[in-house]
Amino acid sequence: MLILDCPYCGTSADETELSPGGEAHIKRYGPGSSDTDFEGYLFGRENPKGVHFERWRHANGCGKWFHAARCTMTLEVFGTYAAQTFEPPQEIKDKISAKRPGWSWRDFS
Amino acid sequence: MSNSVSALNGENVKGFVQVSELGLQGMITLRANLSTPKVKKAIKDVTGVLVPKMRQILHDGDNSIGWMSPDELLILCPHSGAEAMVTALNDALGKTHALVINVSDARAMFAVKGADARDAMAKLAPTDFGMGFQPGEIRRSRLAQVAGAFWMVDQETFNVVCFRSVARYMFDVLAVSAEKGGEVGYF
Repeated sequence: MLILDCPYCGTSADETELSPGGEAHIKRYGPGSSDTDFEGYLFGRENPKGVHFERWRHANGCGKWFHAARCTMTLEVFGTYAAQTFEPPQEIKDKISAKRPGWSWRDFS
Repeated sequence: MSNSVSALNGENVKGFVQVSELGLQGMITLRANLSTPKVKKAIKDVTGVLVPKMRQILHDGDNSIGWMSPDELLILCPHSGAEAMVTALNDALGKTHALVINVSDARAMFAVKGADARDAMAKLAPTDFGMGFQPGEIRRSRLAQVAGAFWMVDQETFNVVCFRSVARYMFDVLAVSAEKGGEVGYF
């Protein structure tokens, strides 16, 4: 079972306490954007084997959204971090680099 | 004035631990930026309790404050005094951006009491009920299929709060967990 540490209430929350929020760090393209950008925003999703970034909500807990970095193949969790960020903090990137040298995900690596 | 009654009117059942509905309990939800001095002062002045830290529940006399999330507190007080406390808090907070609301009649509260209370609780919630969980800590989680918050009053007693609409479910599921013959003896 997937267990994530909620960065807001400091508990180890298992999957049944959380609700998934899909892919992380998606930039919104709204009215006035090009069709390609809008389509990408709506439908373009990564489907990696390996390092992945996701949004989760501690639904049966503090109710806060947060980010998680994990591996889709081994279910290893590299870390969780606050929702108020546009990209993973360096500390999380370093942790991933230590375990998966040469990783990349969208524009991050 | 209508006659207030709690969700299950104090129902209780005895298995290997005692499960009881605790009757009328004043509860106030407060949402604000809890790190600002003005908010801290208002809460301390009105309730007599300090603002709790992460996952902490603090008590002072009849009042308690539990940490629900980084911007939310649950204030427990006598049922009859809840409305007055909301007014007092609103006055003390003044123009500070905050939300104070009396949720007393939207909630239910239970006690699970007995030497094996940890076992009864551990069957329902995905929480570590080992000795790391002690009085003074409040945890929001789920119990079986519904959301709830719980804390320990002493080494043998858990208090559980949930929404009033699921009070019957919560009581029944706690009662089943506490049934005689269901002892686990793990903790």
